[in-house]
Amino acid sequence: MRALLASLLWSICLAAGAAGVDYPPVRQDGAIELPADHGAHPAFRVEWWYVTGWLDAVEDGKPLQLGFQITFFRVRPGLQENNPSPFAARQVLFAHPALSAPQHGRLRHAERTARAGFGLAQAATGELDLRIDDWTMRREAGADGEAIHAHAAGRDFSYDLRLAPTQPVLRNGVRGFSQKAADPRHASHYYSLPQLAVSGRVRRDGRVLEVTGRAWFDHEWSSEYLPAGASGWDWIGINLDDGGALMAFRMRGTDGASLWAGGTLRRADGSVETFAPQAVAFEPVREWTSPRTGSRYPVAMRVRLATSRGPLVGELAPLIDDQELDSRRSTGAVYWEGAVRLSTGGKEAGRGYLELTGYRERLRM
Amino acid sequence: MNAMRAILARALLGHLAQQPGRALMSVLALALGVALGVAVSVVNRSALDEFGRGLRTVSGQADLEVRGARVGFDELLYPQLALRPEVEIASPLLEIEARVRGAAREGGADAIKLIGLDPLRAIALSPALIAPPAAPAGRGQETAATETSSLPDDDVLFLSPAAARRFAVAVGDEIELQSGASSARFRVGGLLPAVGAGQMLAVTDIATAQWRFERLGVLTRIDLRLREGVAAAPALNEIAAGLPPGVVVATPAQAESRAARLSRAYRVNLTMLALIALVTGAFLVFSAQALNVVRRRSELALLRAIGVTRGALVCWLLLEGALIGAIGSMLGVAGGYALAAVALQFIGGDLGAGYFQGARPPLAFDPWGTIGFVALGIAAALAGSALPAREAARSDPAVALKSGDVADSFARLGRLAPGLASLMAAALVVWLPPLGGLPVFGYAAIALLLVGSVLILPRLARLLFARLPPVPRVVWLSLAIEQLRGAPHLATIGAAGVLASVALAGAMAIMVGSFRQSVDVWLGQVLPADLYLRAARAGESAHFEPAEQAAILATPGVMRVDFLRHQSLLLDPALPQVALIARPIPADVPERALPLLARVTVPAGQVGVLASEAMQDLYGWRLGQRVRLPLAGREIEVVVAGIWRDYARQHGAVAIDLATYRGLTGDMRVNDAGLWLAPQSSTTQVAEALRARLPAEAI
Repeated sequence: MRALLASLLWSICLAAGAAGVDYPPVRQDGAIELPADHGAHPAFRVEWWYVTGWLDAVEDGKPLQLGFQITFFRVRPGLQENNPSPFAARQVLFAHPALSAPQHGRLRHAERTARAGFGLAQAATGELDLRIDDWTMRREAGADGEAIHAHAAGRDFSYDLRLAPTQPVLRNGVRGFSQKAADPRHASHYYSLPQLAVSGRVRRDGRVLEVTGRAWFDHEWSSEYLPAGASGWDWIGINLDDGGALMAFRMRGTDGASLWAGGTLRRADGSVETFAPQAVAFEPVREWTSPRTGSRYPVAMRVRLATSRGPLVGELAPLIDDQELDSRRSTGAVYWEGAVRLSTGGKEAGRGYLELTGYRERLRM
Repeated sequence: MNAMRAILARALLGHLAQQPGRALMSVLALALGVALGVAVSVVNRSALDEFGRGLRTVSGQADLEVRGARVGFDELLYPQLALRPEVEIASPLLEIEARVRGAAREGGADAIKLIGLDPLRAIALSPALIAPPAAPAGRGQETAATETSSLPDDDVLFLSPAAARRFAVAVGDEIELQSGASSARFRVGGLLPAVGAGQMLAVTDIATAQWRFERLGVLTRIDLRLREGVAAAPALNEIAAGLPPGVVVATPAQAESRAARLSRAYRVNLTMLALIALVTGAFLVFSAQALNVVRRRSELALLRAIGVTRGALVCWLLLEGALIGAIGSMLGVAGGYALAAVALQFIGGDLGAGYFQGARPPLAFDPWGTIGFVALGIAAALAGSALPAREAARSDPAVALKSGDVADSFARLGRLAPGLASLMAAALVVWLPPLGGLPVFGYAAIALLLVGSVLILPRLARLLFARLPPVPRVVWLSLAIEQLRGAPHLATIGAAGVLASVALAGAMAIMVGSFRQSVDVWLGQVLPADLYLRAARAGESAHFEPAEQAAILATPGVMRVDFLRHQSLLLDPALPQVALIARPIPADVPERALPLLARVTVPAGQVGVLASEAMQDLYGWRLGQRVRLPLAGREIEVVVAGIWRDYARQHGAVAIDLATYRGLTGDMRVNDAGLWLAPQSSTTQVAEALRARLPAEAI
């Protein structure tokens, strides 16, 4: 969910052409059909495919834990819609790969932006097939079953990962209709693939590591996402150790208070519970201040969920504090997206990712 | 000894003050030479700096640039190159020569270079061409996505500060650009502060440029950055091997030297002009000093008599020359920079030759050129003083103190041999081939010719005067002739030198000035139609579409029309582009179309082309030879069927029959039309009718 979004929507609002474009609304009755809906929905304004996860490796005989994240965004900026040139920027793609390692102390990340076209950048429809130059994410059905393959490379890291589903798809909200504000216009189509089994290779500091792990796949598309008055959001996607999966989010107003919230819990037994706004609460426990941007992020949080089987309280602790994505030089987005552990009653209950957006200090000019 | 020095100083330098007119003439002549030299040198420096900056602005941080001729190449080359393993970033560009509508009415240049680019790709390679992001808007949404906000919609362009000033537009204003028959209105979305001060540039989205200017499917250039660790030279060869005909790959440095080469001959000619002005100055100093020495013969002899040594006298006389040289040079430097500033302002960095279109470079300081010309100015004055000083010192004070005949002190200068030797050397040297593409020996021959003529002139003059009838009837004429006969040789030499060099400088100035005019005259001979029509004058992307051609043909009063398609071909990445001219050429009598020097019959089934003389010299083309031309993305084999004389395009031109060209390429556009009018129709009427039929400002 997703930080670039804020900036994108902002710039889209500025774009003169956007006003004349009819973006389809997100409908509550629009069912998600897979595998076709793995592909892109180019008529909608924004869309993203998000993979986050934890990796286990052995380096120099010692066990090592890494966090990784790879994202593809698709935006229809509403520009050059009538321009017949194949260069017309009717669809723009962004990609962000990142890697968190405890010894490095800081997130490594890279980003690319390109207009779709010429086979160099594309978000295919009908099937998951994403590409910006040689960064790719695609779903393939091989002899060993279907899996998502992701490849991306930054200056000082790269990875080739195979992500195999172990569980059925999880539709968030009402059958995949995920409301983001009191007004149901602000909503998205949203499904997840939790508990993906990861295998592959990570290159880092010139060394190649064989890795395994667990990951979480999100796919979400919308035309009106961020409600007016919202400054950002907190989001988690956690693979529970018992095989369950937990997604929760809240939209924050400019005063920091919750405007809306939601979530989905699938228990190990397969039962799914969807949370109403008042059933989800995020409480900051510890803040970390970025030395680069001066932003203060609540990198440790307490999450309270009112479930049908009673209250559930979880503590979120980051793999490392500095998991800020500072891409002011390119996309301009600044947010925190990091690997976290969830523990309940002092015991680890799962691992996943926490996203914190809209925490950047107002610029003094 | 100090007293002596004071006397000398007063005697010699004091004379400068006593004879200010004569000294002033010498100073001014030297100042003129130095000023011309400095001005040419400074303008060159400024123009080349600006041109280089312009190239670097566009190619920015690219390792390689892939270019075609100005008509461009198929855009599908872009994904091919982008996917190559050695390429990290590929940035596609479409460069269009355009003009700003309405600007010409107020006078002045209206040409502007429009660059269509993909900001998302170009930001890594040409950051100067990407508008800086808008100011962040605060918490939450503060993160302006630079990239999307820099993605302009189809009506937005960004201007270089120079262009915004020139066309008096601010951010948010509207501006209309035209190229060929297409034009488009844009809103100025922002300025590009990182673009050099002299660059007339507009930047828009590549899809916009392709669409609005009817260049769909076309690129003119792709900039490449290679992956880390990839060596440029082998990558360049690999990439070059896979390019379609007519498209070349080069490093940005190669492109820059190509630009410098384009105007080099012109710049060298101008520098030679400045040197000749300096030589003129030297002769003026010489004649002034020589006269001065003769006039002060007894004064100098007196100085010698009171004990001034010969060496000291020479030194002081040289010092006098050096002083004149220094004053002249200083004035020249000031004048030169002023002249350069004026020239840059009003004629442009190419001194009117049309090489650097649109650029108005700022004045650049040129230390080496300036120092060089100051040194040359002083050296010229010293050289001009040396002989008279030596003669003054040589003469016997005892003889000189008596007032009497002074005429023969320079008699040996009248010897014929050195002058004749000079002239003969000039005749020989003129046949030597150019050095590094420059006619160095040609210039040497001119210098020898000048020196030789000056040396034999006194002898010629004496011969001539000796043969004149002794006593003409007219009194003033006979006085004048006696005066000339009796004049000292040195005066003749000085006067001859001034005369010859002024004449030469004048001739060169006229030559440079009339160059473009003579091209027009020559064009008139080559295209003897009644009326010419040219698609808007900014460059080659200006053209008439078939519908407009039909409109021209159907204009009342027009009897016959010869259409002409003008394009450029890049045959060798190290050489400037070659002009391709497609026009009706009768296969059996091609000499009707062009001034042919030689021709052969084209074998049946082959395509014949006519090559200009420059093609022989630069590319080694021979009559009857089969050569390959990159046309419409294909290599086409043609036969050189004739060689023709072309004054206009020194970098070479190839002419092909228009129908043949259209058959080969399918390109139906034309740039120019030659119109033959029906007998009773008037040129002005037809021109009016044409204006009415064609889009305004298209012609």
